[in-house]
Amino acid sequence: MSRADQTDAVWVNKIIPISTVDGPGARSAVFVQGCNLRCAYCHNPETQTLCRHCGLCVPGCPSGALSQNGSRVVWNPVLCIDCDQCLDVCPYFSSPKVRRMSPQDVFAEIEPNLPFIRGLTVSGGECTLYPSFLTGLFRLAKDNNLSTLIDANGAVDLSLFPDMMNVTDGVMLDLKAWDPEVYRRVTGVERTQAAENNLRFLSSQGKLAEIRLVCQADWIDVRQALDGAAKTIPHAVHDTPLKLIAFRSYGVKGEMKDVAAPGLSEMETYRTYAESIGFTRIVIR
Amino acid sequence: MFDKKQAFDVLTSKRLTHEQKLMSLAKSAENAFDVLEIPEKTRQYFASGVINDLFEGGAPYRPRYILPDYERFVREGSAFLQLQPPRDFDELIFALMIIYRHVPSITNFPVYLGNLDTLIEPFINAESDADVVRKLRLFFTYLDRTITDSFCHANLGPKATRAGELILEAEAGLQNAVPNFTIKYDPDITSDDFMKRAIDCSLQCSNPAICNHQANTSPFGDAYGISSCYNILPTSGGAYTLTRVTLTELAKIADSADHFLQDLLPEVLRLIGDYMTERIKFLVEQSGFFESNFLVREGLIDKDRFLGMFGVTGLAEAVDMLLAGKGFVYGRDSEADDLAEAILNTVESVVNSLDAPYSPLTGGKFLLHAQVGLDSDIGITSGVRIPVGKEPDRFIDHLRHSGRFHKYFPAGVGDIFPIAAHVDQNTDALLDVVRGAFSVGVHYMSFYAADTDLVRITGYLVKRSEMEKYRQNEVVLQNTTQLGAPNYDVNRLKDRKVRMSD
Ligand code: SF4
Ligand code: SF4
Repeated sequence: MSRADQTDAVWVNKIIPISTVDGPGARSAVFVQGCNLRCAYCHNPETQTLCRHCGLCVPGCPSGALSQNGSRVVWNPVLCIDCDQCLDVCPYFSSPKVRRMSPQDVFAEIEPNLPFIRGLTVSGGECTLYPSFLTGLFRLAKDNNLSTLIDANGAVDLSLFPDMMNVTDGVMLDLKAWDPEVYRRVTGVERTQAAENNLRFLSSQGKLAEIRLVCQADWIDVRQALDGAAKTIPHAVHDTPLKLIAFRSYGVKGEMKDVAAPGLSEMETYRTYAESIGFTRIVIR
Repeated sequence: MFDKKQAFDVLTSKRLTHEQKLMSLAKSAENAFDVLEIPEKTRQYFASGVINDLFEGGAPYRPRYILPDYERFVREGSAFLQLQPPRDFDELIFALMIIYRHVPSITNFPVYLGNLDTLIEPFINAESDADVVRKLRLFFTYLDRTITDSFCHANLGPKATRAGELILEAEAGLQNAVPNFTIKYDPDITSDDFMKRAIDCSLQCSNPAICNHQANTSPFGDAYGISSCYNILPTSGGAYTLTRVTLTELAKIADSADHFLQDLLPEVLRLIGDYMTERIKFLVEQSGFFESNFLVREGLIDKDRFLGMFGVTGLAEAVDMLLAGKGFVYGRDSEADDLAEAILNTVESVVNSLDAPYSPLTGGKFLLHAQVGLDSDIGITSGVRIPVGKEPDRFIDHLRHSGRFHKYFPAGVGDIFPIAAHVDQNTDALLDVVRGAFSVGVHYMSFYAADTDLVRITGYLVKRSEMEKYRQNEVVLQNTTQLGAPNYDVNRLKDRKVRMSD
C-alpha cells in the first residue's frame, strides 16, 4: 500500500453491499467509525468513537474473535459470530469490529456489486470528518458511473472541502435541532454556524439531496427546526425532499434509550406543519 | 394397472372436492392401460425415484402444456366454439372465458392464458380506467375460482401498455393465487416506470414474476410464452411431455463422482430420452389428439411447435452427496459449484446427442428444463436452486450463482426470493437488482414480500391461510394447496433467506 493510501485510510465499521434505505435505488453503503456528535438518540452508537483498546470487551467474546495484542485489541472477522456482546459492554460507544481501509480497499470490496447498484452512500459515524478519504473513494465511484451520496450530521462545514464536493452528487443533511439549548442537549455539543452554512451552500450547489429530522416532542424542537431551515433556504423549500423520521428506541444506548416513540398521528401533524411552511416532498419514516 | 383400492379411497374421500375426485379417477382409468414400452432398467429407475414423469399417466392423450395462439383466436373467432371475433372489451373477456375452458393440459386446466396485456390493449380504447379495472377484477376472480390449480400462467410485456398497467392495478388489489403472472422484461424495451409498477405489484401480491426477455428469446424468438411453473415454450405449440431426472436419487447409487458422471448419468439420460420418445409417439401417432382437437384444426396450435421437455432436479443435494466427506457445499464452495457445472455439461451434451421425435422446431432435440419439484420431494431441492438454509449470505453471491447455472435451461428455470417488506418504499432498488441479475445471466426470478399471505412454493402460489385450513383437515378449493402445504413444511420454506433487509 502506498503512503498516500495510508494517509487516506479510515476505520470502517461496515459495508452493506445492497442497501435500500440510504438514498434512491440500490446502493452500497459504507459506514465509517468516529463522530463529532454524541446524539442522545443515536441508533448506531457503536460508531461514535474510535476504539481505545481498553480490553474490556475481550474476555466476554464467546468465539475467541477478540484478543489483546500488546497495547491493541485485535478483531478476527473469521471467528466473529456477530453476537454484539462487545458492543453492549463497550462503555465508550465504540466497536472493536472495525477495519482500517483506504479508498482503494473499500472500492475493491464494492466492485463486485457494480452491476446491481446505481450508487454509493457513505455514512457513519460522521464521514465528512474524513474529506480526503471521501474524495478518493468518490473519484473511484465516479470512474465507474456510480452516483455518490453523503449522509451528514451537518456539524462540519462542507463548503471548506471543494475537492470532496466536486465528486459528491448530493448530501442528505441532518437538521438535529434548531435552538442552541435544544441542540446541545440532544447532540452533546454546541451548535455552530455550520448547520445554516451547509443548508445554504448545498442548496446553492443543487446538492441538497434531502433534509432529515428525527422527531420526538420532548427532545426536539421539530417546528422550530423546520422553520429555521425554511427561512435559511427560502427559494429551495419547495423542491427539497424532507424526511421526517419518527424517533425509535431500538438500538439506542444514549440518554433517550427509554424515551417513547411518537405515534403516526403526531408525525402527521409535523407533516401538516411542514406543508404549511412550503415543503412539498415530504416522507415519513 | 388399475389400482382399485386407491380409486375407492379417492371416491370416498372427505378431503377432496368433486372436481379433484373426478380428475383423480380419470387418471386411475388412464393408468389401467399399458401402452408404452418401458424397459426393465427404466422401470427400476422409476421405482427408485431417479426417473419421474410427474404424474403424466400411462396413456398420454393430450400434450402436457398447450400454449394456444390466442391472438389468432381473437382475430378469427372459432367455428368449433361458434364464436365470432370479439368486437369490444366485454366480448373479448367473454370469448376468453369460453376458450380457456377448452384448453387441455396435464392438469386439465389451461396452463397458459396468453400475453394478456397485448391481447386486451386494442379493446379498451372506449373504456375508462375504472371500468377496465373493475371488469378485470371480475375476470381474474372468475379465473381464480374456476381454474383450481395454480399451475396457470398469464404473461405481460415486454412493452409498457395501458392494458398492462391496468392489469397490474387490478391484480395488486386482489390476493389471488391464480393466474400466475410473469412480465417479460427487456431493459431496452420495457420502461422503468412500468417495471416499477410491476415490482410494486409483486411486493403486494407476489405477482408478477420477472422473465429475462433477451435471454429467453434465443430458442424461439419472440413467439414464446411462460406457462405453468416457469416453462419457456413456443406459443402456437407447447410441450408434449416432461420427464425428469432426480440427480439426488441417482447420486445415492453412485460409487464416486466419476461413476456418476461417466456411467450412471449418461445411461439414465438415454433411458429418459427413450421413454419420452415412447410417450411422444403414442400421443402423436395413436391418441388422436392432433387429428381431432379444434385447437389444431383451427390453427391455434401446430404439432410442429411442440417439443419434449427434459427435466433436471435435485442438483444441490446430488453435488453435496458426491462430495460427502470433503465438506464442500453447493452454492457456497467453488469446488462444489465446479462439480455441479461438470454435471450440467454432461447433461447438456448427452441430451443434445439424443433424437427427439416430431420436434422440428428444436431440430429434433429435447430441451432442458430445471424442474421445480413435487410435494413428495423430501430433501430434494428444485432444479438447480440452493437449498433453504444454505443460501449464500450475500444476495449478490446468490444471484451470481443463479446466473452461472440458468444458462443450461432454455425450457425454463427460476429462482424465488422473499424480499424485505420495506423495499416497497424503494422499488428502484429492486429494479436495480433485477437489472444486475439479468446482466449476470439470471433468466427468471420471482419475489414475494417476506410478510405476505401469498407465498411461492416451488413456482406456484399458495396462501399461508389456506395451508393452515388444509392442515386442519378442511376441504380447500385449490388443489395446489395440497401440494404446497407439505412442501412448505418439509422444505422449511418459511426459513428462506429474506433478501434486501438492510
Ligand atoms: S460480536 Fe464481538 S463479542 Fe461477539 S463474537 Fe464478534 S467480536 Fe466477539
Ligand atoms: S471496543 Fe470498547 S470495550 Fe472494546 S477495547 Fe475498544 S474501547 Fe474497549
